[in-house]
Amino acid sequence: MTTATTGAAAPTRAVGTAHTRVEGRDKVTGAARYAGEIPFADLAHGWLVLSTVARGRVLSVETGPVLDMPGVLTVLHHGNAPRLHTDYVGMLGVPPDLTAAVFQNDRVPHAGWPVALVVADTSEQAREAAEALVVTYEREPHDVAFSAGHPDAYPADGHMPALTEKGDLEAELAASAHVVDEEYTTPEEHHGMMEPHAATARWDGGRLEVVDSNQGTTWVVDELARMFSLDASAVRVRSEHVGGGFGSKGVRAHQVSAVMAATVLQRPVRVVLTRRQMFSLTGYRSPTTQRIRLGADPDGRLRALDHRSLNQTSTVWEFVEPSAGVARIMYDADAHRTENRVVRLDVPSPTWMRAPGEAPGSFAVEAALDELAEKCGIDPMELRLRNEPDGGPVSGLPFSSRNLAACFREGARRFGWADRDPRPGVRREGRWLLGTGTAAASFPAGAMPSTAAVTAEPDGTFTVRISAADIGTGARTALTLVAADALRVPVERVRTRIGDSDFGPAMIAGGSMGTRSWAWAVTAAAGELRERLVPGGTVPPEGITVRSDTTAALAALAQKERHSFGAQFAEVAVDVTTGEVRVRRMLGIFAAGRIVNPLTARNQLVGGMTWGISMALHEEAVRDRASGGLYGADLAGYHVASHADVPAIEADWVDDPDPDDPVGIKGIGEVGIVGAAAAVANAVWHATGVRHRNLPIRPDRVLEAGGPRV
Amino acid sequence: MATSTSSTVTLNINGEKHTLSVDHRTTLLDALRERLDLTGTKKGCDQGQCGACTVLVDGRRTVSCLQLAVASDAREITTVEGLAEGDRLHPVQQAFLDLDGFQCGYCTPGQICSAVAVIEEHAAGWPSAATGDVRPEAGPPALTPEEIRERMSGNLCRCGAYVQIVQAVARAAAETRTETEEAAA
Repeated sequence: MTTATTGAAAPTRAVGTAHTRVEGRDKVTGAARYAGEIPFADLAHGWLVLSTVARGRVLSVETGPVLDMPGVLTVLHHGNAPRLHTDYVGMLGVPPDLTAAVFQNDRVPHAGWPVALVVADTSEQAREAAEALVVTYEREPHDVAFSAGHPDAYPADGHMPALTEKGDLEAELAASAHVVDEEYTTPEEHHGMMEPHAATARWDGGRLEVVDSNQGTTWVVDELARMFSLDASAVRVRSEHVGGGFGSKGVRAHQVSAVMAATVLQRPVRVVLTRRQMFSLTGYRSPTTQRIRLGADPDGRLRALDHRSLNQTSTVWEFVEPSAGVARIMYDADAHRTENRVVRLDVPSPTWMRAPGEAPGSFAVEAALDELAEKCGIDPMELRLRNEPDGGPVSGLPFSSRNLAACFREGARRFGWADRDPRPGVRREGRWLLGTGTAAASFPAGAMPSTAAVTAEPDGTFTVRISAADIGTGARTALTLVAADALRVPVERVRTRIGDSDFGPAMIAGGSMGTRSWAWAVTAAAGELRERLVPGGTVPPEGITVRSDTTAALAALAQKERHSFGAQFAEVAVDVTTGEVRVRRMLGIFAAGRIVNPLTARNQLVGGMTWGISMALHEEAVRDRASGGLYGADLAGYHVASHADVPAIEADWVDDPDPDDPVGIKGIGEVGIVGAAAAVANAVWHATGVRHRNLPIRPDRVLEAGGPRV
Repeated sequence: MATSTSSTVTLNINGEKHTLSVDHRTTLLDALRERLDLTGTKKGCDQGQCGACTVLVDGRRTVSCLQLAVASDAREITTVEGLAEGDRLHPVQQAFLDLDGFQCGYCTPGQICSAVAVIEEHAAGWPSAATGDVRPEAGPPALTPEEIRERMSGNLCRCGAYVQIVQAVARAAAETRTETEEAAA
């Protein structure tokens, strides 16, 4: 037994102080092991076979010749795979995407649909056999052509009502001094995290164990347990290091097929998706077409706002990219209408991708506001400040805090906005046209119920256990700092263990809610533990553990509009001879709650802004109408911003602690991308005098659009 | 033992020789990860497009997913596991850690191996596409952020940690120069 020594008298101040990542050393030395890197004895390797037709049904899977190939152990397909239960609503309140529920029938709903898994002793054997496997199909005509006027489009709710409506839109538009009425489009975009989805499944003493790369171990347990009709306590999922997620790493075909194969073969089976397979199996951001109508008085005050967005989804899962949700928070008008619609096509299922809704929606809304500012002859920042709402434009609820104006003022000061000449197309430097642009950002700040355990160890250290996921956010480090402060001990005495479903239910790393949700639970457990430890008292050999559950505390929160905000600024140079757009500098100022770790927070916000550059200028997955698949489904054909595309980007914040959160956190994972693409597009207009309403702003589009010449 | 589908190779990795029989289809990347348990080298795309599998082969940057293990026989291979000297991190590793030159960490070993070679290539006077004056008499270009970005562009980071990576490479390069100068003096 040793003496309990929490520092009751001297509170530490770890939160708010820069701290390198607690697992950083493991990551820079290669010691950190990701899902596909944990060794298993007697491991077999599975390789998925995907459909080559975009719609139809499987007539035959010619397993015979493949089973005779060296090392091949089995071929799973709809004719022999275990049956799954899919009629349920999961932890996130939605039914499963049937893309993950593999081999349940002969239907092929899109190109790149999983039709078989070949399992062999080595990955080389599995791959060759998978490529040799002959599958015959009955083809049916497919429709992958997404367009604004698609006749099958319908309003859909998703995570928010499809439609909100108040006032007489046509009357207010008619009475407006200035009107903007434009259509904006964003393309199909892919998560492209660097670590491909990977899972190893095995049965261990009647318990299913899955080592996986995901955004929430208890989420994956919940889904696998339901699909395989197991008790959740009979499933354990571990996911210690995750090589990026961005919304894509939930339950997918790799875990489900690995569990099937491990069950059939009774040996550990690993399934790793190839980069190409990821493009049809792991979700993506749907393309959108968005029509925006704005009407304003001469002074820029909005009288009318109409935002209608359409996205595509698959025939096996309804996913709404809620782009029209942006204006429900950001801007009010006497007449206000927003609507999200979807159309089901013979395409893979889209899913959540960093700032779903806000990313494409803010591009359209913030670009339209820039056009309105031009028409009104008002500075675009000033236009936004004049339209700051008193409360939620749709809900009428008060904002918990809304420090957007402070972000704009600080950003304008640091960016040098006051010196800006508003005229477009007049700044020239050699063959480059120069311009600057701005846009606003917002993202919901929320928390979901989570549990945590904090243990006082006999050696004077503390162990935090929580089923959190660190997908690169810095959550593991942030929770260590939060725990240290709640315990009032130095950071070095706290060890945080995450990524294991046996630590109990917790929120996923998603919706910018992970760190806030987990920190709440850690604070509660650590605070109670500190009170329980008597100064000078003793800790038994097994330690003293306190558990927390935030369900009740979160249910007691008052209804408010809770959001992070931000102001984005960009300077671009446009090459009039090649049409190339280069971002020269970017600045984002955010009001995003209390910043736990400035080092990692700045990185994450800059990362979001980097995604904004990538969205504005590079990313575009192009679907071939004939085959129904993508052209160039790889990291050469699908370009994400590289080193050479990204200039000096600065992110900073204003003081904005959330008054209702124990740590003051709001969440920073997504707000960095919101408005970023619009700021770049608005800067391109300022440089060239040409509006680009279709992303990405490719060189050919710049050249075709014309603009100032020498 | 050599067969029609496998051969015996000796891989010299981080100064240690490993003799093993490999399937001819096995890439250097898979030999490292699946056969030798050196999982620090990452597989991001398996087709030479992302840079996550970058290692040094005879001192040169190589994407190990595009090199067969049988073609790596007797070559000097350095992976991320071979950069630190005991507990002392390589200056590039230390700079990545201190300046937060990563988020998820999956591209990091490739970025670090690439950066180590970038610093050496630059010190050796190699120009890049970002170099203004490539005449030999112009001397080595300054290792500006633009030079680093150009030279590091084969390594994708989807988390978007490029800003911090460039700072880390610049710091490590400056430290390396200082060490070299001190050693010379």
